[in-house]
This record gives sequence, C-alpha cells and structure tokens, in this order.
Amino acid sequence: MSPRQTPSQTIGPFFHYGLNPVEANYPHSQIAGHCLASDQTLGEHIRLTGRVFDGNGAVVEDALLEIWQANAAGRYAHPNDARSNRALDPHFHGFGRCGTGANEQARFTFCTIKPGPAQPGHAPFISVTVFMRGLLNHVYTRIYFDDEAAANAADPVFSSVAPERQVTLLAKRYHTPSGIEYRFDIHMQGDQETVFFDL
Amino acid sequence: MSVLSGRDWKSQPPYIDQGYKSTSLRGPSRSLVKIDPELAEMTGPAFGDEVIGSLDHDLTRNGRVNGEPLGERIVVTGRVLDENGQSLPNTLIEVWQANAAGRYIHKKDQHDAPVDPNFLGAGRCMTDDQGRYRFYTIRPGAYPWGNHPNAWRPNHIHFSLFGPTIATRLITQMYFPGDPLLAFDPIFESVPEAARGRLISEFSLDVTEEGFALGYVFDIVLRGTQATPMEGTE
Repeated sequence: MSPRQTPSQTIGPFFHYGLNPVEANYPHSQIAGHCLASDQTLGEHIRLTGRVFDGNGAVVEDALLEIWQANAAGRYAHPNDARSNRALDPHFHGFGRCGTGANEQARFTFCTIKPGPAQPGHAPFISVTVFMRGLLNHVYTRIYFDDEAAANAADPVFSSVAPERQVTLLAKRYHTPSGIEYRFDIHMQGDQETVFFDL
Repeated sequence: MSVLSGRDWKSQPPYIDQGYKSTSLRGPSRSLVKIDPELAEMTGPAFGDEVIGSLDHDLTRNGRVNGEPLGERIVVTGRVLDENGQSLPNTLIEVWQANAAGRYIHKKDQHDAPVDPNFLGAGRCMTDDQGRYRFYTIRPGAYPWGNHPNAWRPNHIHFSLFGPTIATRLITQMYFPGDPLLAFDPIFESVPEAARGRLISEFSLDVTEEGFALGYVFDIVLRGTQATPMEGTE
C-alpha cells in the first residue's frame, strides 16, 4: 500500500522565532527574508506590499507569507526548469518569506523584481503561500499585475477565474518616491475573498 | 511534463472547523479554484547545507546561555517520503516548540509558566540521501489556550517542510503517543479520524540513546511529484 499524506496543521501564533526570527528579533537565523533582490539582480525592481484581512475585515497580524517567482527572463531557479534559452540570474533565487506582524499596520513587504512571463502565452505572476493561526491548511494564490491586462486576459489560469473575481488576483502599480510599488491585499473571506487555488 | 498528486482531502483537515474557533473567520469560505500545475507549481525553493548551522539540529544546545535546558531530552528521527514511496533527500525541515514547562519563548505567549533561559525551541535539519532526518530537543510541555474553557494543547512539535516544489509544502505538528489531551484537542481532532494516527510519533527503544535521550520516530509523507524537467529552447 502506498503511503498516505501527512495531514496539515496550523502554523499557530508562535512561529516567528522558528521561521522568521531575524525579522521578529529573536536570536536565530532564518533561511530567507523579505528581500529577494540585490542591486545586481536583473529586471525591474519593485516593492510588493499589502495586508491580510479576516472575515470581519480585521487586519491579520500573525500571518506568514511566502512568495516564489521566476526571474526577469521568466526562468525558475530549479532543476525542473532547465530551459537553455532563458538565463538564470546568479543574483536571484526567487523565494521570499515575510510575516505581517513586524510593523504597526501589519503590512507585509517584499523587495523583489517583476518576473518575466515563464511560458509563452502566460502572464507574469508571483506565487503566494499564506499561513496563519486559524488556517489548518495553507492557501495558495497568485499575484498578477494590473498593468499587464492583455497578457492577463490570455493567461490560462487568470482567464479561467470567474471575471468578477479576477480583480482579487491583481496587484495595483504605483509610482512612489522610493520606486515602483505594487499593492496587493489578501481577503480570507467575504465579498472580496481572494481566489485561492487548489493546485 | 509532470504528474502532481492533489491534496488528499480525506487526509487533510477542513478550512472551517466547528471545534477550532479561529478557523471561522480565517478559513476561506469559497471553493478553491482548481488549476493544472504549471512550471510555477513544479518548481520551488531549494536549500543546501548552507542554511544549517552546526547546532541547528540540536535544540538542547543551540539556546544555551549559562547551562543546560531543563526537561526530558529526546531524539526525533524519521523518513521524509512522498506518496509514491520515494525518499526525499536534501529536504529542509524547520521545527519549533514550547519548552518543558509548556512555554514558548515567543514575546506574545502569556502563559504563566517559566521561560527557560537555556532553551530557544527552534531548529533546522536536512534529510540525508535516504530521506532521513534527526534532531535533538527537550520534550515540550502542554499549555492552555483560549479556544474553549479549560482548553489545553497536547505536547507537540511544529514541523515545516518544503519538499521538491511549492505544491509539496507542508506545515504540521507532531504529537506523542498516549497523550490524554489528544482526544480533547480540536486542532488534532480537525483531521479526518482515519488520518490522525499519522500525526502521532512512535516511541522507539532502538532510537533511544542509552543514558541520554528517549527516541521517537515520525515519518512524514508529502504529495507525490513526477516531473520531467523542461529542457531545450522551447
């Protein structure tokens, strides 16, 4: 008999000293932080920021977000993406982790680059995994970019989402004095409930 | 290009669980939208030995300030594999837990039990080429929480694993055999009954290190993936 999946359990409220201890000022190192890009990373540098809301519209202060994305050439830093026509960027690995409790407004903020489209006919996007107390299984969503309307409309995943819910997957682009910022909020429930994927 | 087994909802807890109150406002209320795995889901972060410090696998030593942590030393070991029975080598495991008195070092833990100045309660290890892992720690204590009157969490260690892609990501909790609190814990009980036993470690005299630490075995099964790398120039 083949082995069966180990059940998921909530991350709970007290994960910070284990998973993002540097950000939360605990004496332990962490495997990845909120800054994915260095000065040498190729591509358009962006800041990705937002908040997580519960079913009452209250800000969630104890969520953990992880993001995973392709580089500016649309290549993932992983052995399953061995396409020789797309260059790896030695200054970009594509994974980041950020909690929501580190600032007063409970925002997450990543500094990264806008990915290239990873496959022909696909839009650029960033994969997001969300964990929190009260969430027994993590949820997956994707961040698409609101300045990529034509590419989004052609994207097989984005276009498969009911039109009235597509807006929940769009980050809004802003020009700020400190650079390009995309804002993306996550709503766990309610009229604006974010589309979460079963993948 | 790839085969990815889905989340087995007969093994996984629901998003909204009547017994675990925080789920009522935080679990998604709409159905998940099914997508076919693309490159994004067939890839994920890979970590090497560079993220493992020399004491990261030993929670009895990595938080010492002026002595040894209090409590019962244990060694926890097991195998990480996928649903196809394949061992998963070089997979990162992150763990965190309360101390022997049931107190987390976390700033927001209000439980009136002592902090142990010599115990951090967080560590990391990698699976070896056989998919096996091992770490040393102190058996965590039970602690009360506010879910319902006289609610207590059973002894548990939090585990975080990546596996080969973002689709195999898992965060779970390992429990101990014979814990009388399991039957009263809505987080444990949220799991379909047939799958609950997979969260309980087994005591092992073979793993137990004579004169030093009791041994527990906890195997972890992630979703199955079979990917053929995307190669060439498209």
